[in-house]
Amino acid sequence: MDFKLLVFWVFSLVLVGAAVGVITTRNPVQAALFLVLAFVNSAVIWMLMEAEFLAITLVLVYVGAVMVLFLFVVMMLDINLAPLREGFHKYLVVGGGIVAAIVFQMIFLIRVKWTGDDKFPQPVPKPAEYSNTEELGMAMYTDYLFQFEVAAVILLVAIVAAIALTMRRRPLTKYQRPAEQVLVQKEDRLRVVEVNSQDNQDIGSISNAATKASAAAKANAANHSDNGDNNPPIDGATEGVKP
Amino acid sequence: MIPLSHFLTLGAILFTLSIAGIFLNRKNVIIILMCIELMLLAVNTNFIAFSYFLGDTAGQVFVFFILTVAAAEAAIGLAILVVLFRTRGTINVSDLDQLQG
Amino acid sequence: MKLVYILTPLAPLFGAIAAGFFGKKLGRVNSHRVTIAGVAIAFLLSLVALSKSLSGDGSVMFNETIYTWMVSGGIKFEVGFLIDRLTVVMMTVVTSVSLMVHIYTIGYMHDDPGYQRFFSYISLFTFAMLMLVMANNFMQLFFGWEAVGLVSYLLIGFWYKKPTAIFANLKAFLVNRVGDFGFLLGIAAVLMYTGTLNYSEAFAAAPSMVGTTIELIPGVAWSALTVTCICLFIGAMGKSAQIPLHVWLPDSMEGPTPISALIHAATMVTAGIFMVARMSPFFELSTTALTFVIVIGSLTALLMGLVGIVQNDIKRVVAYSTLSQLGYMTVALGASAYGAAIFHLMTHAFFKALLFLAAGSVIIGMHHEQDIRKMGGLKKYMPITYWTSLIGTLALIGFPGFSGFFSKDAIIEAVHYSEIPGAGFAYICVLLGVFITSFYSFRMFFLVFHGKERFDDHTREHLHESPKVVTWPLILLAIPSVILGALTIGGMLFGGFFGDAIQVDPARDVLAKIGKDYHGVVAFVLHGFKVPAVYLALAGAVSAWFIYLHKPSIADWFADKFSFVHRILDNKYGFDDFNQKVFAGGSLLLANKLWTVGDVKLIDGIMVNGTANKVGLLSTVVRKLGSGYLYNYAFAMIVGLLAMLSIFIFTT
Repeated sequence: MDFKLLVFWVFSLVLVGAAVGVITTRNPVQAALFLVLAFVNSAVIWMLMEAEFLAITLVLVYVGAVMVLFLFVVMMLDINLAPLREGFHKYLVVGGGIVAAIVFQMIFLIRVKWTGDDKFPQPVPKPAEYSNTEELGMAMYTDYLFQFEVAAVILLVAIVAAIALTMRRRPLTKYQRPAEQVLVQKEDRLRVVEVNSQDNQDIGSISNAATKASAAAKANAANHSDNGDNNPPIDGATEGVKP
Repeated sequence: MIPLSHFLTLGAILFTLSIAGIFLNRKNVIIILMCIELMLLAVNTNFIAFSYFLGDTAGQVFVFFILTVAAAEAAIGLAILVVLFRTRGTINVSDLDQLQG
Repeated sequence: MKLVYILTPLAPLFGAIAAGFFGKKLGRVNSHRVTIAGVAIAFLLSLVALSKSLSGDGSVMFNETIYTWMVSGGIKFEVGFLIDRLTVVMMTVVTSVSLMVHIYTIGYMHDDPGYQRFFSYISLFTFAMLMLVMANNFMQLFFGWEAVGLVSYLLIGFWYKKPTAIFANLKAFLVNRVGDFGFLLGIAAVLMYTGTLNYSEAFAAAPSMVGTTIELIPGVAWSALTVTCICLFIGAMGKSAQIPLHVWLPDSMEGPTPISALIHAATMVTAGIFMVARMSPFFELSTTALTFVIVIGSLTALLMGLVGIVQNDIKRVVAYSTLSQLGYMTVALGASAYGAAIFHLMTHAFFKALLFLAAGSVIIGMHHEQDIRKMGGLKKYMPITYWTSLIGTLALIGFPGFSGFFSKDAIIEAVHYSEIPGAGFAYICVLLGVFITSFYSFRMFFLVFHGKERFDDHTREHLHESPKVVTWPLILLAIPSVILGALTIGGMLFGGFFGDAIQVDPARDVLAKIGKDYHGVVAFVLHGFKVPAVYLALAGAVSAWFIYLHKPSIADWFADKFSFVHRILDNKYGFDDFNQKVFAGGSLLLANKLWTVGDVKLIDGIMVNGTANKVGLLSTVVRKLGSGYLYNYAFAMIVGLLAMLSIFIFTT
């Protein structure tokens, strides 16, 4: 038994165990984590078959993105797990029977009826400088360019669809409207008030009072320094001065 | 030396396990989605195995596209799931019987 | 003359329609006026035809198609008349008896609420019977045949509120269906082998049928002619009430007495005799069929007469006597003495109608009491009825000089001369039949008119002679009952009277043999005393007198000692029980099974409701498939996958 076979056996056993874990565990979070384990193990298996790029992509995209998304959703939704497990044991017999039949048939097909192992000799291992990524890229950007672009569009559509599905308006939340903020004009917000200086002298006593009020206001403003941009007192002073 | 049939058997077992998963967890949409991912993984393993033994990159390109579509599917599926939970308060498949004749 | 022939059947039809549809508007008196007028016209026209026929040379006077109904596949369906001497005799008999009965009915049905309906029916019957006898093709014959059957059905059940009458008319109808089925098969056979429904064409083609065989049962070849003739005769057996299809006739006495006289004694029941005589060109070619006919006829003549002895209902005694006399006619047919059969038919029509109407007169007098054990000594109350009854009875038993003597003696002689297989047996039967006929006739006569008065005082107070409309027909019928035989025997039997209408194989022509020794009426009567028949008849009459008048205890002693025989006769040989149990019970059982198994279970249960149930069942299953649950669809996919995989594995 050479090393590669050993690796295959070890990782495939863990892979199958993880898959069993995915389907049998009670907790969806655990299931997601088992799935992560399955993906990582399967990446190793893929690596054995010299598909390095895809193995890394599997880990990055699936484990890093899709499974995180799964975890995120599972944790975000407040799911009552009890009813979801109903009938598990009831279906175990029927489902297990059917599935066992399928797996036995498949293995029978592959192991007994099909004698293709001789027709598919072990490939010669690629040299060290060989780049799987480069070769895949060559194929993808030449022969499969159109399909590649379609895949890109599909991804875009998926993004748009996911956002469109999940986005919703909440009537009670406040939010900014940047477009309106940008478009706002000076006239909309600013009002110039003309103040006659002569009138100030005529009513000196009043002016005094105003000054006093102004001072009080200042003191007041000093007291509430945290919300310093409050200007109604000044407005009030202005109003008071106006006549 | 690992013969091709080993990989194919592994793929078959994975595929059947995911079928069993759909079957057993028939009420939980999240697990069902996960099982679909597992199923796709099994298919991908087969693709890569044949690609390896035939010395043809086309199989890997296929896997690439499958990964793409699977990612898109997962995204949309989960989005639907979230909306579903929001509107109906459940993800129990048994409650989703609007199509019943 | 064509107009005469067309008018003859149409006049009664007009009367029937007038009385039937407009009876309420016309009223009772006008109804019987219009129908009697119709029948009287028919009678007069028949007399015209008769006189013209008698002045002719006996060949066919008229054979024309009046109207072609349709032509289908080369087969013509026509209405046409064939007038020869056979037809003319029948027409005259039918219309004259019908006229008498019409008149008599005025008295008999005087208080009946269905007065107009009754007149309509009997006129319709006259029309149908005339169509039957005047037909020149099988289709019209069958029309008339069925039409008289229909009217017979309607009239037996005339008192439709009486359960026994309904039973009787249903019975008559059903039994006649059996016969008619055979008749229809016979007509079909004629059509198949000759390709035509027209009499003259079919008769012309008949000799070509000799030698043709038919295999009804594979491997057994029968002569086509024999099969055809027997099928036709089965029709006659139904209509003319021959064993074993006779069972309806005694029950038909549930109908009003005029009907018993007209339809069930004088005319309709003789349609079978007439038909066989008409078909003589066919029957003459098959000795087997003639043997069949003669055996059936002799059995009927003897056995039905025996049953007549034990009957107590006045009408039923006459009915069994009718059956017996029909047997005589059939025997004559079987012996190839067609002329004798028609001759007896004619004389019998008059004296039997007389007997029935006399019985009806007694029934009127007795206030619808029909049991002869409750009568007796009526002679002094009803003299006209008594004397006419005596004439009828003497005619019936064949007392020398009366009409029945000539016809019956001719038949007996014909059978005596006949060399056909079965003729010896028939001869014994008819001779015994003479004794029996005489015995039961006089038994009834004595029980009714002589002896002690066995009715109560209330009946006696109202007992008187019937009104003139009743007695006049009796007298009018009594006259031909006495003289008709003597007047017509010479011409009708031995003078080649029927011409081409009846064809007889010269080797079998028994009437010709008798005719050689025929030297006038008186010689014939004197010759009658040299043969046993007359003595047997007298012996019968004397026995009846001795047993029922002189020593009534003998009858009881006999019934006691031979209770076995008595019981057989009383049960009418078990024909009714057999039919009731086997045919009625069998079809009831079959129908029940068909109903419970065939209809309820098979058709309703499986086909109709079953289909709906299965569709419902299927849809409940299918509906579960379409549950809307994702996992069920997934499950279906998985099972499909398994199936595909299995197919893939096990086929490669």
